[in-house]
Amino acid sequence: MSALIQLVEVTKNYAGAAALHSTNLSIERGKTTVLIGPSGCGKSTLLRLIIRLVAPDSGTIAFDGSPITPVSIDMLRRRIGYVIQEGGLFPHLTARANILLMARHLGKSDEEMRRRLLELCELTRFSENLLPRYPLELSGGQRQRVSLMRALMLSPELLLLDEPLGALDPLVRAALQKDLKEVFTRLRQSALFVTHDLAEAVYFGDQIVLMNEGRIVQQGSLADLRERPAGAFVSEFINAQRGLALL
Amino acid sequence: MKLTFAILFAAAVSNLTADPVVIGSKKFTESYVLGEVAKRVLTRAGVPAEHRQGMGGTIILWQALRGAQIGAYPEYTGTIAQEILKTDRQLSIKEVRDALIKFGVGMTEPLGFNNTYALVMRRGEAQRLGLRTISDLQRHPELKIGITHEFLARRDGWQPLREHYGLAQQKVIGIDHALGYAALAEGSIDVKDAYSTDAKIAENDLITLEDDLGFFPKYEAVFLFRISMREDAIAALRRLEGTFDEARMVRLNAEAERTKNYTRAANLYFHDGAASPLTAGESFWHKLARWTLRHLELAGFSLLLAVIVGIPLGIFASRGGAAGQAILAFASIVQTIPSLALLALLVPLPFFGISTRTAIAALFLYGLLPIIRNTASGLQDIPRSLRESAIALGLSPIAQLCRIYLPMASRSILSGIKTSAVINVGTATLAALIGAGGLGEPILSGLNLNDHATILEGAIPAAVLALIVQWSFDWLDRALIPRGLRL
Repeated sequence: MSALIQLVEVTKNYAGAAALHSTNLSIERGKTTVLIGPSGCGKSTLLRLIIRLVAPDSGTIAFDGSPITPVSIDMLRRRIGYVIQEGGLFPHLTARANILLMARHLGKSDEEMRRRLLELCELTRFSENLLPRYPLELSGGQRQRVSLMRALMLSPELLLLDEPLGALDPLVRAALQKDLKEVFTRLRQSALFVTHDLAEAVYFGDQIVLMNEGRIVQQGSLADLRERPAGAFVSEFINAQRGLALL
Repeated sequence: MKLTFAILFAAAVSNLTADPVVIGSKKFTESYVLGEVAKRVLTRAGVPAEHRQGMGGTIILWQALRGAQIGAYPEYTGTIAQEILKTDRQLSIKEVRDALIKFGVGMTEPLGFNNTYALVMRRGEAQRLGLRTISDLQRHPELKIGITHEFLARRDGWQPLREHYGLAQQKVIGIDHALGYAALAEGSIDVKDAYSTDAKIAENDLITLEDDLGFFPKYEAVFLFRISMREDAIAALRRLEGTFDEARMVRLNAEAERTKNYTRAANLYFHDGAASPLTAGESFWHKLARWTLRHLELAGFSLLLAVIVGIPLGIFASRGGAAGQAILAFASIVQTIPSLALLALLVPLPFFGISTRTAIAALFLYGLLPIIRNTASGLQDIPRSLRESAIALGLSPIAQLCRIYLPMASRSILSGIKTSAVINVGTATLAALIGAGGLGEPILSGLNLNDHATILEGAIPAAVLALIVQWSFDWLDRALIPRGLRL
């Protein structure tokens, strides 16, 4: 069985500067792959290339074995959930309307939407009473739960998360990490998770992909990275973050 | 008997259904009065007629006549030669008439009075300085001259006059005719141009400086009419030939300015006192309702068009690029054209002319910029992360626009529409300049008569209307802007 996402020699430049050098990467089904690295290392660019918010300069990206093209992407986006740091909720729509936006657009039945909505509330531990609220009436953690529900609404084959917990305070963040992990496990969700936090990466990641300056430096488990670092940068990155974690 | 009845009935019906002959007039008292007299003489002859008062200056009236938007209007032979036929030669009545034929325009014989241009001063001032003729002005270059914009630019106007007499006055300003009389009375200007039959000359104790070097051509009053106009209408107009003299015209003008009522002045001409049923005293409230409805029609239609066109243009402009910049630049340029100039630019174009269309088109153009700019900026202000979320969801571009971007920009778009609406309600007062009616009608008449009460009859309702528009939009804000954006 082929990888869910396959990048082959994908590059991306912004204004002449390489954001992503020629990159190959496979993302496995049913697993959580974590992209980690310092700011500007190209991890978000990689995510944005997959959902084609930006187009690659060269190389191919295949989803489920077929290459992603400008024509196929609209259909593919409906099979991919996308969660960003600030939630990306539309302020003029209630939590419910945000979650149901795409399902309504596709003409799903009311009954089907209602059932799925209840399921998601239970799954993400979000109180149904809050569904009529607008994003501005919700806390940061609640907003991320709504954002997650919106991403999961159509049961996507892949979930892309771009630092989804980055803007939350530590207690809320810890609670959401736990719930999110549970969601992934229960749904056996294929996910690509971007973070710059090593502890979070280790907590979620079946596979960790470490990036620096537009290249993948090493991929594997935390043990691989720690015991068989592919270079000085890997050790440096791991030691810097581990030091903090041990405080 | 039956036959007679049938013919009468048919005639009555045809009169009712035939388009009325439209009489135009220029924006000064005498022209209003003559327009009103013409309307009455046509109506009496059984020709349905309406009078579009104070449509503007010579060129606008001439264009309207050629474009068949009006059937006839009062004019002066000197003006015809200088401004329409563009010649400096004194032409005979026959020469003028022959020259007009090729435009499909006919001319009556003179009505009987010569209303030439004249320079007037306060009597006391003239006596103190010992001024009697225009040549005498050479000795007093310090005098302040205030003249109408038309006279400033005419071929028989200020520049040639100044050269002809070798005048050296430097302080020359352009001012509205009626306001100029007020300025003269209170001393902000010393000399102004006037029509020799102006009632204000006697009323304000002014003297006319003698045209001692014979500069001003003859200005015999006549009616110009379209040769294709119905024959009974032409015959009726010609009944006015030779029935005026200067004293009579001054009296009619004085009556119009005293009573603030052109119909009354026209009555004086017919010596009948009884107003014809068509012009019988319309009550103030009725007039107010008519003006206001018209005003709303002008402002409303133009706003609707501006919304229909402006929002798509704004969406386009929000994408930036050369085309987007060009759209915004165009709308900004239109905004900088003074409204009067914009009307004057539109009037000569085919399809427009002197019509409500022109007024609506001008208001529409003025309404565009706030709508385009606010639509564009409202859309551009949407954070990139939210745009990307909409794209990443897999919404089609149309759905992104309709479900996400436009609702998010609704507050900005609506405030642009509100700005346009308020501007349009204000600017629509200028529509009266080209006879499109509305609350500008009393404002214009009032300006012309220098009568503050009449000005306020239009200005106050226009201001109230602007406030009501403002309030209705505040209410619309609550109804249309999603609650989530108002938190």
